[in-house]
Amino acid sequence: MRFTRTKAVVAAAGLALALAGCGEDGGGSSEYEVVENPEFEAGTSLAKFAEEGSITIGVKTDQPGIGFLEPGAEDPTGFDIEMGKIIAGQMGISADNITWKETVSDNREPFLQKGTVDLVLASYSIDDEERRNIVGQAGPYYVTGQQLLVAANDDSIGGPEDLDGKKVCSVTGSTSIETVEKEYGAKPIPFDTYSACVNQLQNGSVDAVTTDGAILLGYVAQDPENLKVVGPEFSEERYGIGFEKGDTAMCDFLKKEIEESYDNGTWEQAFKSTLGESGVETPEPPAVDDICFTD
Amino acid sequence: MYLSELGSRLLDGFLVTLQLLGWSALFATLIGTALGAFRVSPIRPLRALGTSYVNVFRNTPLVVLFIIAVFGLPVLGIFRGNFFWLAVVALSTYTAAFVCEVVRSGVNTVDIGQAEAARSIGMGFSSSLRQVIMPQAFRAVIPPLASVYIALAKNTSVAAAFGITEATFQLSGLQRDFASRLLFNFAGIALGYILIVAVISLTASRFERRVAVSR
Amino acid sequence: MSSVLFDLPGPRARLRHRIATVVAVIVLAAVAAWVVKVLWEKEQITPEKWQPFTEPQIILLLLEGMAITLATAAVAIVLALLFGAVFAAGRLSNHAFLRWPSTMVVEFFRAVPLLLLIFFVFFQFGSTLETFGALVVGLVLYNGSVLAEIFRAGILAVPGGQSEAAYAVGLRKSQVMRLVLAPQALRSMLPAIISQSVVALKDTALGFIIGAPGVVRDAKAIYISPLYNNVLVTGIVLAAMFIAVNYALSKLAVYLESRMRREGKAVVTASAGAAD
Repeated sequence: MRFTRTKAVVAAAGLALALAGCGEDGGGSSEYEVVENPEFEAGTSLAKFAEEGSITIGVKTDQPGIGFLEPGAEDPTGFDIEMGKIIAGQMGISADNITWKETVSDNREPFLQKGTVDLVLASYSIDDEERRNIVGQAGPYYVTGQQLLVAANDDSIGGPEDLDGKKVCSVTGSTSIETVEKEYGAKPIPFDTYSACVNQLQNGSVDAVTTDGAILLGYVAQDPENLKVVGPEFSEERYGIGFEKGDTAMCDFLKKEIEESYDNGTWEQAFKSTLGESGVETPEPPAVDDICFTD
Repeated sequence: MYLSELGSRLLDGFLVTLQLLGWSALFATLIGTALGAFRVSPIRPLRALGTSYVNVFRNTPLVVLFIIAVFGLPVLGIFRGNFFWLAVVALSTYTAAFVCEVVRSGVNTVDIGQAEAARSIGMGFSSSLRQVIMPQAFRAVIPPLASVYIALAKNTSVAAAFGITEATFQLSGLQRDFASRLLFNFAGIALGYILIVAVISLTASRFERRVAVSR
Repeated sequence: MSSVLFDLPGPRARLRHRIATVVAVIVLAAVAAWVVKVLWEKEQITPEKWQPFTEPQIILLLLEGMAITLATAAVAIVLALLFGAVFAAGRLSNHAFLRWPSTMVVEFFRAVPLLLLIFFVFFQFGSTLETFGALVVGLVLYNGSVLAEIFRAGILAVPGGQSEAAYAVGLRKSQVMRLVLAPQALRSMLPAIISQSVVALKDTALGFIIGAPGVVRDAKAIYISPLYNNVLVTGIVLAAMFIAVNYALSKLAVYLESRMRREGKAVVTASAGAAD
């Protein structure tokens, strides 16, 4: 067990980390450019962050491959974390000066409104009707949709239409669990987290787990021999970066830097070192919306 | 529209809750009574077994038992994929500890003079147990046993986080679809539990009156 | 041993008991050995499954988690004591407009499952209270209501002559309660209060379901991880931690109760909440 763990860490972390000996850091972490003395218009939040040289980013800590904190580890890992480092680097803030704050689905908006966090990168779906009214959302920087996670050796489920009578696990109260029950006749098995669902899939108690494909890919990256993601995406989720409503300078900056990360290869680098560990090919990066707010 | 949806979901949920309650109460009573008998027996290792069972299961949070049952037993190949029976295992092993305590203290409430009197008029062990001690202990056991069943009824709600679509689980789904009526959703489910609790305590008190004797 | 069931055993009974003891030991040992064998063969209790619990970072994580759980429980218990005192006073009031609402509140929160209550508070106020606050509020509403009943029973158990004497020397009702009844009742209620604290501590473990910080959430991060894959061992460790704390608390309650019985004080039994 110990051996495989170290192996996985080294494989994911790449040579730099292995040499640095940060064995406990957990997968997927790389270095990005940190701009020296970036120029921002005085009085903007960007100028303030650059001046202070630090920023607080709200992330998930229970989604492997996206935002995940290894038990006992210091810093989280995952695609959202990498994107956070890329963006912060362009503000002149190095990775060690980022404070990672755990956010759960219910507290992302209040945290942004109260200033508990400066940015949110937490598998945060863009929502024009509700969320963009109360916070800013730049992006998408990743597009995914509801899919199915099944055992790698299970060929009986190829898509949602095969779910009739199957035991499908998802998080209590989620939309995904309702969709598979109401539209595809699956027997819903509710748990408190996706990790719990994946565990039940691994021990053979449920037939499938359903939620955003990106989240499922993260679990495949953890255990590629036993898990696979199948079927078409039967919904669309567009992950964006959350920030305080009305901060137009931040909106422009984030849009520019997301597109920049597509062009200079850092986006691909971030993907490959995290969700890419599942074995999927790096997708085409999505087009970034013009707007960050709706009124 | 909303009301019929609420009604059907509550019905779905409480049907599962009642099944959980029924089976768990049955197994908890069987295990708990056996352990209670162990605790009052003259055989020392059996007493020790009863005592340790109570100390372990009464001091462990129910959710921890659920974790061990729902995540651990399938690894051993026990009830794999059968979330209902895994929940029954967790609920009944937990509740059995409280049943055991009730049985033990029930036996101990019988005055020692009763047993001595029975023996002095020549009754043997089994007849003094059947005709003198048990009838009195039984009466003393009803009210606390009802409390245990009431606690069990409420404890079935923990299964909501462990793969069971029972009544408390329904609140999350109602919150997703009818968030603006949260108070109403909550009140509806709460009312269901209050009814179950009321039925248990009414049954117990009627039963108690029936077996009561004037002293 | 003389009990209600058995006389002091004679020589033949002692022999019978001894044989039964030997048989029981053999059967229990066989069952235990079989369980261990199955667990070992299924590779559930092998040394590598225990290995994470020798790593300092994991030990620290669990101890920190337990400290948070204990702190959460402590906050909840203190607030529940206040809640209980207020609503017990309400139920003992001479004014129907205080008595009725207090009775309703106490009876309602005692009859509703705690997890349902926590979900409700979390959905309604989660964005401001966060998971910690939602958990504490749920615990306070439930345990406070149970404590209100314990307090009321404790006050009513003080011999009637005490309050009659107090009124006779001209004290007002609030003074009688504060100076005469409450101090005497409090002593007799101490064991029941501690028992309820054990219940509250166990219930604090429910918090991980809404993602509140605490030892169960930390332990979950370990057993859920495919790196460790050791749910049975983690479950045993988790249970042992709670058993140690709760056992100590229960022993304290038993000690206090026996000391009070020696002193001839009335004791309020903990039956109100003991079954949870």
